[in-house]
Amino acid sequence: MSAREEVLGRIRTALGATRAAVPDVVRDYRQAGEHPATGPELLDLLVDRVEDYRATVLRCAPAEVGATVRAALDQGLGAGWAAADVVVAPGLPADWRPEGCDVDDDRPPVQLADRSASVTAVAVAIAETGTLVLDGSPDCGRRALSLLPDCLVCVVTADQVVGGVPEGIGRLDPLRPLTMVSGPSATSDIELQRVEGVHGPRTLLVVLAA
Amino acid sequence: MTATVPPKAPTFLGLPTAPRGVGHLRGDQSFPDAARTALRDGQLRANLGHATTTIRNKRAKVVGEVADWEQLRAAGKALKAATMAHLDEHLEELERQVTARGGTVHWARDANEANEIVTRLVQATGTGEVVKVKSMATQEIALNEALEAVGIEVFETDLAELIVQLGEDKPSHILVPAIHKNRAEIREIFARTIPGVDPGLTDEPRQLAMAARKHLRERFLRARVAISGANFGVAETGTLTVVESEGNGRMCLTLPETLITVMGIEKVVPTWRDLEVFLQLLPRSSTGERMNPYTSTWAGVTPGDGPQEFHLVLLDNGRTAVLADEVGREALHCIRCSACLNVCPVYERAGGHAYGSVYPGPIGAILSPLLTGVEDNASLPYASSLCGACYEVCPVAIDIPSILVHLRAEHVEAQEKTTAEAVAFRALAKVMSNPRLWHLAQRASRLGRLLSRGRPTLPNALPPPISGWTRSRDLPTPPTSTFVEQWTREHRSAK
Ligand code: SF4
Repeated sequence: MSAREEVLGRIRTALGATRAAVPDVVRDYRQAGEHPATGPELLDLLVDRVEDYRATVLRCAPAEVGATVRAALDQGLGAGWAAADVVVAPGLPADWRPEGCDVDDDRPPVQLADRSASVTAVAVAIAETGTLVLDGSPDCGRRALSLLPDCLVCVVTADQVVGGVPEGIGRLDPLRPLTMVSGPSATSDIELQRVEGVHGPRTLLVVLAA
Repeated sequence: MTATVPPKAPTFLGLPTAPRGVGHLRGDQSFPDAARTALRDGQLRANLGHATTTIRNKRAKVVGEVADWEQLRAAGKALKAATMAHLDEHLEELERQVTARGGTVHWARDANEANEIVTRLVQATGTGEVVKVKSMATQEIALNEALEAVGIEVFETDLAELIVQLGEDKPSHILVPAIHKNRAEIREIFARTIPGVDPGLTDEPRQLAMAARKHLRERFLRARVAISGANFGVAETGTLTVVESEGNGRMCLTLPETLITVMGIEKVVPTWRDLEVFLQLLPRSSTGERMNPYTSTWAGVTPGDGPQEFHLVLLDNGRTAVLADEVGREALHCIRCSACLNVCPVYERAGGHAYGSVYPGPIGAILSPLLTGVEDNASLPYASSLCGACYEVCPVAIDIPSILVHLRAEHVEAQEKTTAEAVAFRALAKVMSNPRLWHLAQRASRLGRLLSRGRPTLPNALPPPISGWTRSRDLPTPPTSTFVEQWTREHRSAK
């Protein structure tokens, strides 16, 4: 008998001929947050929660994204950064990109480790938990892009912000490779003292356009 | 490898438990004997006490801000129970979906078979080294040892796991496995074992973390094979999930050409939507954060993004025997958050190593004997005061105290011969199964504290019937107040 048949057979034996009735799953937990979509309370909540992870948020008008991304890079890399050190997702809108920056292509992913910063969009932002979700679409880029450079700039637009986790899960496509990012990478493994930035980007900057 | 190990009697309905001679589910000593050593280590207890208190308070704060926590908890419990009731169908669906998206699914009856499968897969790639994301399932089956036995080098990449690996030590906590080590000890391990480490390395946590970053970076960039566990596997879509903090998980899940994921069969969830419950319950219960820094999900293989070869190994290793136990089956609902460790007065004193298994604390006290059969972990069901704190914090409301009592009864029943120990265990089980009697015995044991006069352990001072057991196994000096009393007091004052 194959291991597959045997394990499945064991499960059937364990559960018996007359299986226990399946309990009802009552989903009476909150399906949505309290604040109206795109409203100031919702956006303020997102900012508060993202900053609580010691990430930086820069707010701007939708037309100002390009300049604000540059300002974010000033903060993350220090003024005088070279555009060639910044790599952006291939589908990032042209007016969000710093002039002269590198655009990700199908190079071996490890080469992205040579860049100092990356810029991506997000698919969804969850306000209550301060979570940004990247879904591998062209404006978010492949997973290595938001992982290897030490400074990550994510652009969020107001319509992408939802209240709680259920709304976020509902908007996402589980067949895409998803990365949920809540603050910069961190460890508390040494005497529980939090250290930001172990293997992922040490600096996370969020540009919120509304 | 296990041919010399005597076969053991299968338990419920003849289903095999986790085999002997492989893996890390059994200790070399009984719990009381191992705990005695830990109890004499003041530093260890101070480290543990600090850690559990800190995480406990963080958890309480972020759980407190979720108005619908109890509804989420009830949904989590119901989801797990509903999944177990049709576990076979969900696994078949998961297999179909993963396969449809370019992954390969393997089934492993036990630790030996899982280790053989992974070893074969790694060898087929021709590489001599792998990077690993922290995973309880691969620790359970001792995968690292199996790979190293055939000359494959294994790099643990979680900082705490790295500390444990380099220090040739054992993990002592599910979430923070190196919590028993302080910064000076970690610096010493790094200075001794990391090739080319800066000799001026101090014991400042940031410096130590950066030394680990540097050490592992080049390994990530050159790795061709990664091995991970999984927190959840979604049947309807074939989506696997890894929840982590440091980004080492993302490195492993993203950069190598081949990814091998070892997942216990109980980790399947039926639908994508179910994650809306578990991704709220897990981070708040575990690290005490609203959300952990990184959660990665993937379904099979994505062209141009991440590993182009994906293998999922579905592991039984005693889980179906647990499923056959109608009371014990709830232990399979565990999402490994470790909240029950941090509230357990016994864990806080004895530490993780005393449990002898990769699963310590209250969950370990039920899961390890359930997986191995109670005869192989006979003392663990007694490693609890049945105070109920573990049940209170468990995000999927596993009734750990009831399962402990159930296992005690089973253990006593299994002892055919009327040895002195069996008699004592039976009496102990009776006391411990009855809250009123247990209360009385605990108060009586406070009297024992007076008699012990500050000695670290208390050999003969307990009143009968417990004395029959403690004569041969020193019991820790009881605290000045019982945990239940302390808990009640603290909670009252918090309100
Ligand atoms: S038993 Fe419950 S509290 Fe303990 S680790 Fe598992 S899920 Fe967490």
